[in-house]
Amino acid sequence: MTEPIIQLRGVTKRFGTGVNAFQALKGVNLDINRGDFIAVMGASGGGKSTTMNILGCLDTPTTGSYVFMGHHVETLTNDQRALLRRRYLGFVFQGFNLLSRTSALENVELPLLYRGDDRKARRNAAMGALDRVGLLPWADHTPAELSGGQQQRVAIARAIVTNPAVLLADEPTGNLDSERSLEIMELLTQLNKDAGITIAMVTHEPDMAAFARTIIRFKDGLVEATERREVLA
Amino acid sequence: MIGTSFVLALRAIRRHLMRSFLTTLGIIIGVAAVVTMVTLGNGATAQVQSQISSLGSNLLNVNMGGGFGRGGGAPPKPFDQEDVDAVKNQIGGVLEIAPQAQSSVTAVYEAQNWSTTVNGTTNGYFAASSIAVTSGRMFTAAEEQAGKSVCVIGDTVKENLFKETDPLNKTLRLNAISCNVIGVMAKRGQSGFGGGQDDSVVMPIKAVQRRLTGNRDIRSFQVSVDPAYDTTAVSTAISKLLRERRNTPTGTDDDFNIFDAKQISDTLSGATRTLTGLLAAVAAVSLIVGGIGIMNIMLVSVTERTREIGIRLAIGAVQREVLMQFLVEAVTLSALGGLIGLLLAFGLTTGISMAMGMVLTFDIKINLLAFSFAAIIGVVFGYVPAKRAAALNPIEALRHE
Repeated sequence: MTEPIIQLRGVTKRFGTGVNAFQALKGVNLDINRGDFIAVMGASGGGKSTTMNILGCLDTPTTGSYVFMGHHVETLTNDQRALLRRRYLGFVFQGFNLLSRTSALENVELPLLYRGDDRKARRNAAMGALDRVGLLPWADHTPAELSGGQQQRVAIARAIVTNPAVLLADEPTGNLDSERSLEIMELLTQLNKDAGITIAMVTHEPDMAAFARTIIRFKDGLVEATERREVLA
Repeated sequence: MIGTSFVLALRAIRRHLMRSFLTTLGIIIGVAAVVTMVTLGNGATAQVQSQISSLGSNLLNVNMGGGFGRGGGAPPKPFDQEDVDAVKNQIGGVLEIAPQAQSSVTAVYEAQNWSTTVNGTTNGYFAASSIAVTSGRMFTAAEEQAGKSVCVIGDTVKENLFKETDPLNKTLRLNAISCNVIGVMAKRGQSGFGGGQDDSVVMPIKAVQRRLTGNRDIRSFQVSVDPAYDTTAVSTAISKLLRERRNTPTGTDDDFNIFDAKQISDTLSGATRTLTGLLAAVAAVSLIVGGIGIMNIMLVSVTERTREIGIRLAIGAVQREVLMQFLVEAVTLSALGGLIGLLLAFGLTTGISMAMGMVLTFDIKINLLAFSFAAIIGVVFGYVPAKRAAALNPIEALRHE
């Protein structure tokens, strides 16, 4: 087995100070291997989202260490973490978080713009990503003109357009009906299998977690259980 | 990176046309108002000043009788040639002196007649009052000395009596006498002050005294003062001399008055300057109001866009890139608004100057000032809130509703 792509050691996270302080994580240890598909589950307030934000380099641990692809994330500056996100990470949010009044194509292009790709390369890659999520005919539509499921697929296209090593999804199906949810999960499974993208996904729903190979349960700021499953082919 | 910021900024402007338009509108109105008002104010000042300078430069008008509106008592006592000579010889700084004896006449040429004023004076009159003789000539020394019956006519007189005919060397009848037209004065037009010479006939003073008024009285005289001398001091000296010569008892008012064009000019320019200042203040208020408008829209839009900033940060934009985009946006909108404002002001001032017959000068300073003020407000208030938003943790920015 190769070195885990993600390694959390004794990670704590405290929000606020004094009497208002809230200890969200109390010493999380977690390894995620390259190519894995994990589902993070647990009750609200158990530390799932906080962990995801730290994994995504969006937030930093209060204490403890986070090694992502060999980088000690807790020692990096904001901009250095932004560059890690740009190169290796893709995000899918519950609320889609697409730019309004902006066509699907331009939304998907955005990470490539920051990466500095030229116009033609941007367009080709963005079209490719939209094709993979099956939205090529909707490339010119703005989020307001797309259904929830379609918006989430645009968000996935935006997340994978840079060929990230890791895709982080925070309740990606939380705003969708069950049929759309299944479509999204099939898409994620396919990306995990075909493109080898490591996926970490927060979900409340066991049906969705069933698509993952590993299920990690959080409770009161700690990892309660790790469960490896044989996924049906 | 700048290229990326440009692409992003222009996309953002295009996507939010209404918001962009409102931001720009504040700048447009502010800039246009300031530039228009100050330019008009400057134009008005320049116009008043040119009207005053048409009175003659450094000119004193000495008239018989007390100040304005002090009627009653004995009839005003006229001056005589000796008074005029005394002023010319004893007061320093007197360049030209032009005594005047006036008479109302009916001027007749062939079948045309016209009521006008005959002004008996010397060549000094043309110089002192800055009147040009456009065709023909002024008097010769011999004509002045002998009181020859020659005359220089004003434009109104020429129009009414001669129409298309060339008046030079024609004989004009003024009441009972006749005179030979030797010149025509340049048209001065109704320029507020001193428009009277268009409707007048100028003759050597001796001719007027001998043949029209029948006395040697001089009702007024003009003194042109060497620019090196202070007109107020010269005026005081003349006043003193005339009081002596006219035996005015100490403690009584002058029985003559001296009208100093420069004093009037100073007073009027002071007044127009005050008005320009007032206009500029009004304009500055509109610029500030415009600025507050820009501020509001920028602040609201950044608050509105905090989530967008969060998205950009989450997908890997570094702070600098987000800021650069907002900066480019703010600069583009401000500069565009400023330029449109300047163009609008140019159009407005041109239109108004044509409608009012005013000559306007393009004042680069006020244009630059208004433009940079608006641009700085636009940039600062576009940039500062964006800086605050970009410093947020992406998670907090994303949660912003």
